[in-house]
Amino acid sequence: MNKIVSKERFSENVTKLVVEAPLIAKARRAGHFVIVRCGDKGERIPLTIADSDPAAGTITLVIQAVGDSTRKICALEPGECLTDVVGPLGQATRIENYGTVLCCGGGVGVAPLLPIIKAMKAAGNRVVSVLAGRTKDLIILEDEVRASSDDVIIMTDDGSYGNKGLVTAGVEEVIKREKVDKVVTIGPAIMMKFVSLLTKKYEVPTEASLNAIMVDGTGMCGACRVSVGGKTRFVCVEGPEFDAHEIDFDELLMRLKM
Amino acid sequence: MENYNESRNEAWREELRKSKTAKERNNIARVEMPQLDPAYRITCNEEVNQGINAEQAVLEATRCLDCPNPQCVTGCPVGINIPKFIKNIERGEFAQAAATLKETSSLPAVCGRVCPQEKQCESKCIRLKMKQPAVAIGYLERFAADWQRNNTKQEVPPMKPSNGIKVAVIGSGPSGLSFAGDMAKQGFDVTVFEALHEIGGVLKYGIPEFRLPNSIVDYEIEGLRMMGVKFEKDVLVGKTITYDDLHEQGFKGVFVGSGAGFPRFMDIPGENLIGVMSSNEYLTRINLMSAGRGGDTPVMKGDTIAVIGGGNTAMDSTRTALRMGAKRVILVYRRSEEEMPARREEVGHAKEEGVEFMTLHNPIEYIGDEKGHIKAMRIQRMELGEPDASGRRSPVPVEGAIEEIPVDIVIVAVGVSPNQLVPRSIEGLDVSRRNTIVVNEETMQSNIGDLYAGGDIVRGGATVILAMGDGRRAAQNMAKQLLG
Ligand SMILES: Cc1cc2nc3c(=O)[nH]c(=O)nc-3n(C[C@H](O)[C@H](O)[C@H](O)COP(=O)(O)OP(=O)(O)OC[C@H]3O[C@@H](n4cnc5c(N)ncnc54)[C@H](O)[C@@H]3O)c2cc1C
Ligand SMILES: Cc1cc2nc3c(=O)[nH]c(=O)nc-3n(C[C@H](O)[C@H](O)[C@H](O)COP(=O)(O)OP(=O)(O)OC[C@H]3O[C@@H](n4cnc5c(N)ncnc54)[C@H](O)[C@@H]3O)c2cc1C
Ligand code: SF4
Ligand code: SF4
Ligand code: FES
Repeated sequence: MNKIVSKERFSENVTKLVVEAPLIAKARRAGHFVIVRCGDKGERIPLTIADSDPAAGTITLVIQAVGDSTRKICALEPGECLTDVVGPLGQATRIENYGTVLCCGGGVGVAPLLPIIKAMKAAGNRVVSVLAGRTKDLIILEDEVRASSDDVIIMTDDGSYGNKGLVTAGVEEVIKREKVDKVVTIGPAIMMKFVSLLTKKYEVPTEASLNAIMVDGTGMCGACRVSVGGKTRFVCVEGPEFDAHEIDFDELLMRLKM
Repeated sequence: MENYNESRNEAWREELRKSKTAKERNNIARVEMPQLDPAYRITCNEEVNQGINAEQAVLEATRCLDCPNPQCVTGCPVGINIPKFIKNIERGEFAQAAATLKETSSLPAVCGRVCPQEKQCESKCIRLKMKQPAVAIGYLERFAADWQRNNTKQEVPPMKPSNGIKVAVIGSGPSGLSFAGDMAKQGFDVTVFEALHEIGGVLKYGIPEFRLPNSIVDYEIEGLRMMGVKFEKDVLVGKTITYDDLHEQGFKGVFVGSGAGFPRFMDIPGENLIGVMSSNEYLTRINLMSAGRGGDTPVMKGDTIAVIGGGNTAMDSTRTALRMGAKRVILVYRRSEEEMPARREEVGHAKEEGVEFMTLHNPIEYIGDEKGHIKAMRIQRMELGEPDASGRRSPVPVEGAIEEIPVDIVIVAVGVSPNQLVPRSIEGLDVSRRNTIVVNEETMQSNIGDLYAGGDIVRGGATVILAMGDGRRAAQNMAKQLLG
């Protein structure tokens, strides 16, 4: 049982929860995720650790309500408990001084991107962040991203905030104007697919964090398998980040409709 | 190994032996296990084997000749004193029978149900040499253990006073549970760390309720709790805490029983289509997450389901698929039925329930529809060739004999490998090419002095009884080491 310490609503469907999980708070690195369960009959749901406070023994989750389980989790109030939280899972992001790193997040993907932005900045990189959402309300964590980025570009589909256009337009703008050494992208699979196609054209090494469907999250079931470079890999233990240019995004998109 | 003759020479045993002639004993027919009707049982999840009653048990026990040199015992991986427990049943001392089992096995109610007896104890029974069916050792073991569970209050066994030494167990499968019990009895302070949200390992997430009810596993876990064993769920050792953290927390010995939970696939085209999944995924969704039985987790359903493989996991998947409403379930296995590693009884049950067996066939490709969902499998007919390294005749493709069969779901049950998470997280640990932890086979100690391992993480996919025996052996040796 893991108690909810505090809660904040970013938008109608996106909620931030700070959850007691002292061991995980201590062990986790940027890029790790947890599996949570809400209720005795609850599903095991993967969520990225957006932040942690080892001293307070808490981790931060940012959850977009898309279905029954995520809605249930978003409805929890401070003082209530998640039934289970296990982690940190997956491989941490490889943080190095690459030079200039472009961090590209879409929708709720900005939440898991934030710790990577912070870590890349701390490693001495110039960090340019591109945040994208359908509309103004869906741009989350902007202040926190700004605090750790040298430059931030915001893209909305409808032009209600920042620049009007798709995320790829923002990414291309940066790549054209300066030398980018590394791209990290997290967001809807379809977005990552197009970012990857674009950065492949410009030959910029790119990592994408995959949100495959999972059951156990410990390498036991194979539900999360994806093809990377023609080989089957398990996202939960070998990922969630992979070389974007090697990922079979069409297969991932297909499997997400499971 | 204990001296089987000591108990055999007790007065009551001698008397009991003489009470019937060998001929009288030989004339009794082997007991039949009462079981649910196939048509009914596939509509529910109830245990198929209903268990024999006291009268049947006593009669079956009478069939045992109480051999002076009991060969059945050599077939049991942990050397249970089989005639002693059986003769206790014959004289009606069921509690004594259960106590005899507990001398060697910590999970008799489980092993009585899931051991491949026909390959182990029963395969060595003298009655087979007399061209008669073996004594039903497994049924009797189950009877004694169930009788005790149902008729006596659960009690804490005699325990040594606490020695205050902390030991950790990684994984709560049969090896970890039996290790924990033995160490607690010796006075150690035991904590079991389990990655999942349920205790029990494969006994919970793998083997279905209709073969091994969860309540039986929970009873054993409750017994361990009463002995002071602590359970920490949702802790993935190597991730949540490390081996070094365990030392920091004062653990003086660590037993790794993390199992072989990594599913193998065949690497054939179409294996990542929607609707193709591992047996681990299928059974975990249903058994651990209650998918299709009130849980929030979904599980795919379909009219035609093919299961690939011939082991217990494959058999459990076929029978689970029937219970989830499939109309046609096909088992595809590349060798012949004789070579199937599954328990005989399970093969029989699957057939009674209507599973179609396509032996000597192997899938070579899965074909999807426009949405990426599997719609058919291409299977290759095989024939048996020369014996391979395992001594079994290896299957070879019959050229051109390929057919296409429409299917909605394919469940791949072609084996598992050890999960590499724990071994990889411990620097310097000796790991084999098959990713198993290398141990001294007698002591179960690894090349790292305070680290022992057993069960599937050491053997690859094996059996419950072997895992249990490993746990006990490790406990014995670790206790010796720690107590000096
Ligand atoms: C490693 C990893 C990290 C993740 N981190 C976060 C996070 O930080 N915040 C967050 O809000 N979500 C995150 N997700 C996605 C989240 O796990 C899913 O949204 C959630 O499982 C959906 O469950 P549900 O029962 O609410 O919805 P469902 O009823 O299962 O599904 C509703 C809709 O969401 C889609 N969906 C289902 N599962 C996924 C999935 N795994 N990824 C994307 N879409 C899915 C379905 O296709 C469906 O259209 C992450 C996923 C992974 C694998
Ligand atoms: C479907 C199925 C049917 C079977 N049927 C039979 C049968 O009829 N008869 C028979 O004898 N055998 C059968 N087996 C095999 C038998 O179940 C196994 O050999 C046995 O369970 C192995 O026991 P174990 O103690 O090694 O570990 P397991 O039972 O595999 O348990 C290992 C546990 O460790 C946990 N774990 C793993 N990594 C970590 C970590 N890093 N930190 C914490 N916990 C961790 C896992 O979550 C799991 O709960 C079957 C197996 C399956 C899958
Ligand atoms: S534990 Fe298994 S092999 Fe040993 S006697 Fe019991 S059923 Fe037979
Ligand atoms: S070999 Fe058979 S008859 Fe002889 S003691 Fe064992 S079970 Fe009884
Ligand atoms: S989620 Fe089960 S193996 Fe990755």
